[in-house]
Amino acid sequence: MLASLVSRASVRLAVRTPSTSASQQQQQPRRLMSDKLFVHRDAGVYKDEPFEFTAENLTRAASIIAIYPPKHQAAATIPLLDLAQRQHGWLPLSAMNTVAKMLDMAPIRVYETASFYTMFNREKIGKYHVQVCTTTPCLLGGCGSDKIMKAVQKNLGVHPGGTTSDGLFTFTEVECLGACVNAPMIQINDDFYEDLTPETTEQILDGFRRGDRPKPGPQKDPATGKLRKSCEPVDGLTTLKEKPTGPGFGVRADL
Amino acid sequence: MLRLIASPASRSALANARGIATAAPALNAAAAAATAATAKPPRTYGNLKDSDRIFTNLYGRHDWGIKGALARGDWYKTKEILLKGHDWILNEVKKSGLRGRGGAGFPSGLKWSFMNKPSDGRPKYLVVNADEGEPGTCKDREIMRHDPHKLVEGCLIAGRAMGARAAYIYIRGEFYNEASNMQVAIHEAYKAGFLGKNACGSGYDFDVFMHRGAGAYICGEETALIESLEGKQGKPRLKPPFPADVGVFGCPTTVANVETVAVAPTICRRTGEWFASFGRERNQGTKLFCISGQVNTPVTVEEEMSIPLKELIERHAGGVIGGWDNLLAIIPGGASVPLLPRKICDDVLMDFDALRDVTSGLGTAAVIVMNKQSDVIRCISRLSDFYKHESCGQCTPCREGVGWLAKIMKRFVDGNAKPAEIDMIEELTRQIEGHTICALGDAAAWPVQGLIRHFRPEIESRIATFQQQKQEAKQRHAAEKAAKLQATA
Repeated sequence: MLASLVSRASVRLAVRTPSTSASQQQQQPRRLMSDKLFVHRDAGVYKDEPFEFTAENLTRAASIIAIYPPKHQAAATIPLLDLAQRQHGWLPLSAMNTVAKMLDMAPIRVYETASFYTMFNREKIGKYHVQVCTTTPCLLGGCGSDKIMKAVQKNLGVHPGGTTSDGLFTFTEVECLGACVNAPMIQINDDFYEDLTPETTEQILDGFRRGDRPKPGPQKDPATGKLRKSCEPVDGLTTLKEKPTGPGFGVRADL
Repeated sequence: MLRLIASPASRSALANARGIATAAPALNAAAAAATAATAKPPRTYGNLKDSDRIFTNLYGRHDWGIKGALARGDWYKTKEILLKGHDWILNEVKKSGLRGRGGAGFPSGLKWSFMNKPSDGRPKYLVVNADEGEPGTCKDREIMRHDPHKLVEGCLIAGRAMGARAAYIYIRGEFYNEASNMQVAIHEAYKAGFLGKNACGSGYDFDVFMHRGAGAYICGEETALIESLEGKQGKPRLKPPFPADVGVFGCPTTVANVETVAVAPTICRRTGEWFASFGRERNQGTKLFCISGQVNTPVTVEEEMSIPLKELIERHAGGVIGGWDNLLAIIPGGASVPLLPRKICDDVLMDFDALRDVTSGLGTAAVIVMNKQSDVIRCISRLSDFYKHESCGQCTPCREGVGWLAKIMKRFVDGNAKPAEIDMIEELTRQIEGHTICALGDAAAWPVQGLIRHFRPEIESRIATFQQQKQEAKQRHAAEKAAKLQATA
C-alpha cells in the first residue's frame, strides 16, 4: 500500500517535471497552470552557473547606463538583464547578481524585476525559442493559430513549454506579439515569421534545424503563391499607389 | 452634429452617393443654410487622397533611412517650427483636434499643455509609449520600422512643446528589429545635427533614447510604463500624483502614443486646420486602422476618421470572408472594447463618439473581424485568458476576478455551465470594472460584457446542447448498465 503510494507520487513528479529540469523543480514541482516559472528560486543547480559580462558587453552596458540620469541607474536593470541573457542564452542567478552589483542595487530588486517579465528565461532554454502567438487575432487570421500550434508540436515533438532533447528548440505558447494583420505568426528568437501556414511553419523549423536562418517576415502561401512585403493587402495596394510627396508639399506659408 | 461643408459641389456629389436629394447649387446661401439646419447635409468620410496621408512609407516600399525620410519631406523646416515656440506648437495641435491615438482619446494639445507649468528646476521628460500589445493592434510597429524619422522628429517637436529635456521611447521587448531601426534613425538624426545640443540649429537641446521593455502588456499603461522604465516591476501607480507632476525619475512626464507623436510634425507643417478638415467634429484627423481576423486581405491602412466601418473593410481589407452577410461580429478597437454584432456594424462610423454611442470604443482602431464560421465564445474566452496572463497581480479584483472570468468562459466554450452563471459572470465583471488602479480590469471585463449583451442566446443554446448531450449520455449509460445487469442475471 505504502509502496504503491510512493511510486504513484514519483510518477506524478516525473510527469510534471520536464526532462531538462533541475533538482529545484523536483523539490517543488512546477505548477501546471502556467507555462512559465513566475516565482524566484534562489536554490538549485542554477545557483552555480557562472556568469561574467564580456569586455565588449561591458562597454555596451556602460553606454546603456549613460542614457539614464545620474542616481537613476536602476533604470538600466531591464536592458542589462537583456544584455546578459543575450550573452548567455538564458538568465542565471549569477547574471542577476552581476547586474545588481553593477547598478548598486539590492539583488532582490533585480530578482523581482526579472521574475515579472516574460522575456527573461530564468531556466535553460533551447538555442531557438519558438514562440507561437495564439491570441484571438492569430486564432482567427489566415489558417488560424490552432493549425500552427499543431504543426510546431508535430515538427518538434514537444508540448508547449518543452525543449527538444537536442536542446535546439524551446516551444512556447505566448500572448499577442503585435503582428495581428500578418496572422498567424510565430517569433523565433528576435525575428517574426508571419502569414504562416502549417507547411511554411514546418519549412522554417526544418531550416533552423539545418542551421540556416530562414528569411523573416511574411511567408509565401504555398497554396495561392501570394507573398507580401509587410502589412499591405496581399492582392495589391488600395492606398499609397502614388509616389510620396516631397519636401515642402502642402507646407503653410508662414513657416 | 451639424458640420459646415466647404463646397456645395462636393456636398451634392457626396449626398448623391448616399442617395439623398440635395438642394440645387443655385440656391442662395441662406436657403442652403436653412436646408442644412433641417436636413443635416450628409458628408461621407473615407477615401483619403494619397497626398493627404501622413505615413507615406507605411508599407516599407521606400527607404526608411534619413535619405528616404528627407525625400518624403520629413525634417523639413523643423528649425522654423521649433523657433515658433511651445505656445505656437501647442496651439496648432489644439486646433488640429488631435486626440490620443493610444486608446483613451484624450485631447493631445490639452495633455501636452499640462507640462507648461513654471519650472521648479526638475527636468521634464517625454515618454513615448511604444509598448504596443493590445491584441489586434500593429500600427506603431509599422511606423517604427518603416517611418522611424517621423517618430524621432515628432519627439523633438512634442518635446519642444512641453519644454522636455529628453524623450524616452519605451518599445516592447519583442520588437527587436523595430527598436534597431529606431536606434539607427536616432543615430542618423544626431549625426545630421537634428538632435542633441542645439537641435536643428534652434538653440534647443534635446535627446532621444530608446528603452526596450521585456514582455509585459501592462507596461502599456502609462504609470506602469514609468515604473518599468525605472527598472521596476510594471505595476501601475495610483493617481494622483499624475505623471505631469511626478512621473519618470520623479520628474514631470507626459506619456504619449507613437502615432500621436509621429503625426505632430506634419500637423505643424500643414496646419492644424488641414488635419481638422478630416473626420467629424471632435474626432478629427487621419488614423491608422489595423484590420485583422476573417477578412480577405488583412491590412494596416491610414484612413480618414469617421469612415464607416463597412466601407473600411470592403474598400481596404477585401471584405469579410464569405461576404458581408457572413459577418458575425466585429471588435472595433482592439481586444479591450466590447464587440459589435453585425446589425450595428452595418452603418457605424469609426470614431470615438460614434463607437462610444454604441457602447463600444475606438480604442486603438484595431478592427478584429469574426465571420459566421468562427466561434465567438471561444474568441472572447481567449481574450479572458490573455488578461488573466497579463494581469500584474497588484489589485485583488483583477488578479482573482480575471482568473475566474477565464475559467468560467472556458466552460462556456463547451457549454459546460448553468444558465444562471451568465448573470453571475456579468455581475463578476461589474465587480472588477472600476475597482482597480488601472484600466486592465475594465479591459478584461468589457469583452465579456459585450459578449453577454449581444450573444446571450448563443451561450444559452450552447449550454442547453451540452446539458442535453449530458442527459442523453447519462440515459445511454444507465441503459447499458441495466442491459449488462440483465445479461449477468
